[in-house]
Amino acid sequence: MSARFVAGKALASLVTLAFVLVFNYFLFRVVAGDPVANLFRGRNLSDSQKEQLRQQFGLDGSQVEQFFRYLEQTVTLNFGRSYTSNEPVMSEIASRAWPTIALVGVSAILSALIGVLLGVIAAWNRGRKSDYAATSFTMTTYSMPDFWLGMLLLVFFAVVLGWFPVGGLSDPNTPDEGLAYVLDVAWHMFLPALTLTLAYLGEYTLIMRSSLLDTMREDYLVLARAKGLRDVVVRNRHAVPNAMLPVITLVAINLGFVLSGAIAVETIYSWPGLGLLTYQALTGPDLPLLQGLFLVFSASVIVFNFVADLAYAYLDPRVRYA
Amino acid sequence: MSTIQASARGIAWQRRRRAFALAWADYRSSVPGMIGLVTLVAFVLMALLAPVISDGSELRAVNTTNNPVWATPGDFPPLGTDNLGRSIWAQLVFGARISLLVGLAATAIAIVIGAIVGIVAGFFGGIPSGVLMRVTEWFLVIPFLPLAIVLATVLGPSIVNIVFVIGITSWPGTARLVRAQVLTLKERLYVDRSRALGAGGGHLMTRHVLPNVSPLILANTTLTVPIAILSETTLSFLGLGDPTRASWGKMLDEAFAAGALTRNAWWYYLPPGVCILIVVMAFVLCGQALEEILDPRLRERRRR
Repeated sequence: MSARFVAGKALASLVTLAFVLVFNYFLFRVVAGDPVANLFRGRNLSDSQKEQLRQQFGLDGSQVEQFFRYLEQTVTLNFGRSYTSNEPVMSEIASRAWPTIALVGVSAILSALIGVLLGVIAAWNRGRKSDYAATSFTMTTYSMPDFWLGMLLLVFFAVVLGWFPVGGLSDPNTPDEGLAYVLDVAWHMFLPALTLTLAYLGEYTLIMRSSLLDTMREDYLVLARAKGLRDVVVRNRHAVPNAMLPVITLVAINLGFVLSGAIAVETIYSWPGLGLLTYQALTGPDLPLLQGLFLVFSASVIVFNFVADLAYAYLDPRVRYA
Repeated sequence: MSTIQASARGIAWQRRRRAFALAWADYRSSVPGMIGLVTLVAFVLMALLAPVISDGSELRAVNTTNNPVWATPGDFPPLGTDNLGRSIWAQLVFGARISLLVGLAATAIAIVIGAIVGIVAGFFGGIPSGVLMRVTEWFLVIPFLPLAIVLATVLGPSIVNIVFVIGITSWPGTARLVRAQVLTLKERLYVDRSRALGAGGGHLMTRHVLPNVSPLILANTTLTVPIAILSETTLSFLGLGDPTRASWGKMLDEAFAAGALTRNAWWYYLPPGVCILIVVMAFVLCGQALEEILDPRLRERRRR
């Protein structure tokens, strides 16, 4: 892969990131209006009190001054303080990041594995019952809101059967360390992870299926069969690896959505990650927190898109010479 | 001159009518497509006839103080009541209006922006195209839900804003698709011929390019509506929808907040979700049937 290709993609990502920064400022400071006036609407504040609050939140000075201060602060990862908790936004986000990474990370990996498997089964048995079953299953999960699927699983497995907890990260009676804690968290994570896995799975199944169907028309598969290779070998050695290309890109792109991917599902299971934090930031609304979350979410997607571009070019030479 | 023009237009119309009749015959032969279409017609009727088939006054808690709360469908037909004694059936039927309206209106915005951006970017090369595609890529890269949440929060919860938010975040896919199609269309001979006869950019775009991408746009519309409906559901569930009007997403939000899950009030949390599922599936079935008709590659695959 030439340095020029990498540099070009990196530059494009940086431009996008800069775009996000400017847009973010415009949205929260220009469209949203005066945060102090919004936040304390209906309360009797003197002008000097308002001025003091503005200074406290870094909202004094002209728009241009504010914009440059915002740029400087954002680049140094200082996103200001939350309106509700008065904690730095960055530390709030950092402390809530790992439950989300654990939950959505596990679901992303599981859904990719199972989804690809289903896709292979569906494509290899095209037109048969297993194909029909796999495609209708994925279409059903695709057609329902992920959080409603979460509601159904929660009612059935946690309320009716009582096998799993209805929500939270861990049991308050479990000590916060050791194997017992890990097992307790895993037990709490089961239902939200199942929800997200089912919700993401369909995309992989459909992409793998259509990609494999395209591959199955290639001449080298006819040759592989003509050589007398067994069906399993043709499938696993010749067809599937070549059909995996779009799936790998999709995995890389979806990894970017790990941080922001579970806002509604985390809310249903009160899973204390970034999604629930976003939901909590909506009441108020806690604009600095929301702004910080939006920046972090966007940055992660942009970075992983860059990775996806590179991975695709590395795996498929046609892309980098196009 | 005018008669020649009129007849040329007449021929074009005739040809289009014939193409449409052929496509409709093809569509009718697709069983999933017809199932989807009939389902959608049923839901549209349900939304239009909402005041006839349900009692709109049952939507507001001030009118339902005499109703039992958390009544099962058996005790309060047809679908029981919620924690405030409001009829679930009335909420469901009136909610269909908002969910469908938001889905369709947001899609209309998304398709118009997407089609214009796609045609312009595809038709003119160079800097305008580059800038437009940069913006499109930017919208594709930005995580959709956080962007929609942030926009809806800043603009405030109302039905107009939610339509705007979903519309403004859903167009880039269409723009890319249309642009790719326009890039191949503008190399066709009939476009060259028209240009040689002195046609300008506006004429070429509206008379030759637009009619030829519109089937693609139609199929894309049918596949964008379900995404818009799902987005409305999620945004309403997060409390960003219109607080004064029932929608399926808002019903799920209120069911969750009222504790319908822990008391297993299935008549509250099941109906809106089932409706969303059916409507989304119906749109997808229609969209796939249209795609198969329009894309010869898919059609060949189907018939083999």
